[in-house]
Amino acid sequence: MKDLSLKQITVGLAVMALLLIFPMVVTQIFPLQIMILVFMYAMLGVAWNIMGGYAGMFSFGQAAFFGIGAYTSSFLLMTFHVNPWIGLIAGGVVAALVAAAIGYPCSNLRGHYFAIASIAFAEIVRVHFNNWTLVNAAEGMSLPMLDESFMNFMFHNSKVPYYYIMLAFLILALVVCYFVATSKMGYYFRAIKESHDVAEVLGVNVVRYRLIAIMISAFLSAMAGTFYAQYVLYIDPESVMLLAISVQIVLLSMLGGAGSVMGPVIGAAVLIPIAEVTRVWLGHRGTGVDMLIYGFLITIISVYQPQGVWGLLSRIGNRIK
Amino acid sequence: MPEQLLQQIVNGLLIGFMYSLIAIGLTLIWGVMNIVNFAHGEFLMIGMFTSFWLFTMYGLDPLFSIPICFLLLFLMGMFIYRFIVSKVMKGPMLAQLVVTFGISIFLSNLAVYLWTPDFRLIPPTILQGTWEFGELNLSIPKTVASIGSIITSVCLFLFLRKSKTGKAILATEMDREAALLMGINTERINSLSFGIGAALVGVAGAFLSTYYYIYPQVGGLFGLIAFSIVALGGFGSIEGAFIAGVLVGLAQTLGGFFFDPAYKYAIVFMIYLITIWIRPQGLLGW
Repeated sequence: MKDLSLKQITVGLAVMALLLIFPMVVTQIFPLQIMILVFMYAMLGVAWNIMGGYAGMFSFGQAAFFGIGAYTSSFLLMTFHVNPWIGLIAGGVVAALVAAAIGYPCSNLRGHYFAIASIAFAEIVRVHFNNWTLVNAAEGMSLPMLDESFMNFMFHNSKVPYYYIMLAFLILALVVCYFVATSKMGYYFRAIKESHDVAEVLGVNVVRYRLIAIMISAFLSAMAGTFYAQYVLYIDPESVMLLAISVQIVLLSMLGGAGSVMGPVIGAAVLIPIAEVTRVWLGHRGTGVDMLIYGFLITIISVYQPQGVWGLLSRIGNRIK
Repeated sequence: MPEQLLQQIVNGLLIGFMYSLIAIGLTLIWGVMNIVNFAHGEFLMIGMFTSFWLFTMYGLDPLFSIPICFLLLFLMGMFIYRFIVSKVMKGPMLAQLVVTFGISIFLSNLAVYLWTPDFRLIPPTILQGTWEFGELNLSIPKTVASIGSIITSVCLFLFLRKSKTGKAILATEMDREAALLMGINTERINSLSFGIGAALVGVAGAFLSTYYYIYPQVGGLFGLIAFSIVALGGFGSIEGAFIAGVLVGLAQTLGGFFFDPAYKYAIVFMIYLITIWIRPQGLLGW
């Protein structure tokens, strides 16, 4: 991967500056809410991208890691009054361990088989949490109210702190993804994606690198999960472990362009506002129109723009050059 | 206890044959085109609603709506293949995975839009009641549906083995290039297989509508179970999917009986994960 050009750095810094002043200019709740969701889904997309876009494991079960992160920190906070920031790390570690445990037996699965195994895994996790009395089963968990402070990861009067925290998380995920993509490991990942067998013959320890990819991805997804729990202050299996969340993550990564660092961010920036706005405009009567449009869009995108918006942009960029 | 166990085994078989019929359509599509059709459950839902509306509007018994479901879903499958799926066949694999998710979301929400998310039930028709054999109860609609599923599966099997078109489908499944060289129009085989796969699940929908709730999201769970069955039975193997369907039905009811009914679907997915761990190609795959 080539180094960042001056132009790219300039654009990046400009976007960064805009994002930093955004909450100071826009004070309405709804746009802030959408931005926070965009950042969160972008982070989930970046996490997916590390295992899906680079290492070629198309996971449709990311919601399990997201949910495990949310549940671990919330459970620790409720039961043992553990600080959510420590819960954040703990959630990531638990998710990474679960990912390793499930990833190892799945390390020989490819393509469709891996995709379906990931769905099966996430469904098992969801059913289990729906029946696990230790974490309140289907009733879900309401987080205890703590004093408003950064240390407590809780803010009652404003969404702005959440905005900055989530932005910071997203940047962290992007930095991780960038390092993975440009390191030797990134080349191993892509080799595995191109051909499992060839990579193995060339001496890449396929099982090990696939596990690393899954674990990094799970850790980052779990971080987003803890954020969600601290942000909404209520979680249940049906809100954090749904297949629909996993699908959303894959979709936005594909839409943006899988296998490029910024792809999922662009995908989230396009897809999440559309989904949220149509939901608010059309979804309130429960007529399904919002999801109908959404499904239609996905189908159209897969047929006419399968390389994602990123692919389109770079093609246009090449033409200009 | 033994009577209860026997009853559970019978229940497992009855639901298992239904799963088999749902899964063989999916495995046909998967085998021929190497495409996972995530909208398969929604095809089932449309079959169920077709049968429901034919009954509600024209008083047609679900048993007689089977040919209509078959034909309607066949045409719908061909249409979806022709205008959507065929266009991503040469695209990246991720697009192939996602496109049918889009169709699935579209269809289930179209059903919500048109018919509301309500649960519906077809009142008992020609098929109703239970046969009793001592302690054992056999629900008549479920039994007829199971027999129907076996007959349909056998028909498919014979069609694939005996007819010229069927042999062409099998040839394409084994080796697309070779089939093409032998003068088989593989593009036509693709759309035909997609149509037949959809039609089979339409038949399953008509049978299922005689005793199961009909609602827009009904396809979700059945679809997921069908994937597990297909992968369990082995990539594209009709016989494998049939056997795996019955096994999954049994595992689900017996798992619910011995452990906890809440976990019955989790057990199905667990069996799937264990199987592909030990035998990635599935029971009858190669």
